[in-house]
Amino acid sequence: MTTADPRGTAPRGSARTAGFIASPVWGVVPFALYVLLFLGLPTALALGTGFVDGEGAFTLDNVAALADPFVVSGFTTSIVLSAVTAVVGAVLGALVCYALIGTRPEGPLRSGIDAVSGVLAQFGGVMLAFAFVATIGIQGFITVLLRDRLGIDIFADGVWLYEAPGLVLPYIYFQVPLMIIIFMPALEALKPQWAEASATLGGTTATFWWRIGFPVLAPSFLGSLLLLFANAFSSYATAAALTSQGQSIVPLQIRGALTSETLLGRENLAGALALGMIIVMAVVMALYALLQRRAARWQR
Amino acid sequence: MSRMPAAPRAGIPAPRPLARWTILGLIGAVFAVPIIAMVEFTLRRGLEGGYDVSRWITVLTFDLGPEYRVLGQAIVNSLVLAAVTVALMLVLLVPTMIVVHLKLPRLRRVLEFVCLLPISIPAIVLVVGLAPVYGVIARAAGSGVWTLAFAYGVLVLPFAYRAVQSNLDAIDVATLTEAARSLGAGWPTVIARVLLPNLRTGLLAGAFISVAVVLGEFTIASLLNRQNLQTALVIVQKDDPFIAVIVTLLSLLVAVLLLLVIGRLGHVTTRRTS
Repeated sequence: MTTADPRGTAPRGSARTAGFIASPVWGVVPFALYVLLFLGLPTALALGTGFVDGEGAFTLDNVAALADPFVVSGFTTSIVLSAVTAVVGAVLGALVCYALIGTRPEGPLRSGIDAVSGVLAQFGGVMLAFAFVATIGIQGFITVLLRDRLGIDIFADGVWLYEAPGLVLPYIYFQVPLMIIIFMPALEALKPQWAEASATLGGTTATFWWRIGFPVLAPSFLGSLLLLFANAFSSYATAAALTSQGQSIVPLQIRGALTSETLLGRENLAGALALGMIIVMAVVMALYALLQRRAARWQR
Repeated sequence: MSRMPAAPRAGIPAPRPLARWTILGLIGAVFAVPIIAMVEFTLRRGLEGGYDVSRWITVLTFDLGPEYRVLGQAIVNSLVLAAVTVALMLVLLVPTMIVVHLKLPRLRRVLEFVCLLPISIPAIVLVVGLAPVYGVIARAAGSGVWTLAFAYGVLVLPFAYRAVQSNLDAIDVATLTEAARSLGAGWPTVIARVLLPNLRTGLLAGAFISVAVVLGEFTIASLLNRQNLQTALVIVQKDDPFIAVIVTLLSLLVAVLLLLVIGRLGHVTTRRTS
């Protein structure tokens, strides 16, 4: 038999050629090509250009620029900003998840919080920038309120909203909802039997949390914390919309390198910066995968 | 089944109502401030002070000057991009997921890894490599805005994959397929009349979340010099911040409604499978 029976009544793999022509592997080919072209190739190009100079010859010059104080300060600011907002976001988000224990998963409270969290976590960094200009901008709602009613000038030492410190509040604003989305399933996976067992053995609520709840949840919590870090570290839109010139964090430095051709007197610096970002992301995601494996132990 | 949706969780110690409402109230209030600030901002009257709704009327009656035509065009661009991205998802991702699920279980881990990979590659990194790729595309297919959808298809992969995969896991694809085949259905019939109807909720959820991601995308469009809703908002904001904030509030509202619909769909799936 050389042609595949369209109704497929022939036993599978009866003839090698038919098996090859009708092999299900072909079904994967279009998707594989697409992913190679629009994910694999751009990533390779982004990382590769860091090793090439203006004439296309191999150079380590751009990668060496990663040690430049300007670039180092960009990475430091990015990492500190991501770490601070990840910790604050994780703690506040976990508190909200805790407060939701015992509510009906399909009730209006949970559906509402789920929907709002989904929007605030994913929908548009640009709009977040507008929201914070309206809130703590120079003529913002809170700025004016504090100034006129309480005589407090939050910008007494200069306007910080458009610098790196100004990114802390907007970033927390998308970190907390993201934490709620990714941490809630872990809390829901806590087994009621564990609490019952603890209570039967004379444990109090505090015993349950200290001896069972926290240890079981710790890997999930740390894993979520890492995802929040990665989220803040790769975020670009909010910062870009707040400042059209600033280069305080790495994504903004990449913008500078892409739009001005020569930053620090080097071409292709964007590639080197991209390489640096990918290295940080790879470390974070590898740790995340490790923690996930530990967390999965309790989620069967 | 082991899942008990409405059963009281006798075990896990729930917070006392006072603690629950204090936490939710405080965090909720803090998160409401920027939204309230935006509303207050759009209602401000010029220098004389006081409030009115004239700007909202201007926007809601489409009574904007020609300088805002960029915004209208950008909204159309974003909607086109959302449609093409969802089409890419349906044509490329979904058939692959079904084939892998049914015939190539060994590739499942690989597919999952590839689909979740975009989470670890920041869009700002991707854009560095996309710039030369789009240079070639512009020469071959013109610089139409729809071509951006190829890049957006990659951005939505993790979200679309998760939505469809959870649906695939919830239905018994193998049994459904074998039942249909033993009744004489060919593969096209199996896919169109058995699998797709059963995957409806996952596909819809994946499509909705993809639309939300595409409508909120800024990084790639901005650095490849294409116009979409977000890049246009940045331009409009420089001219008239009030209009930009009103459009922001409206799109937030639309997005919340969209996600409430997704939430509904999710509950329909769990009820069906339990």
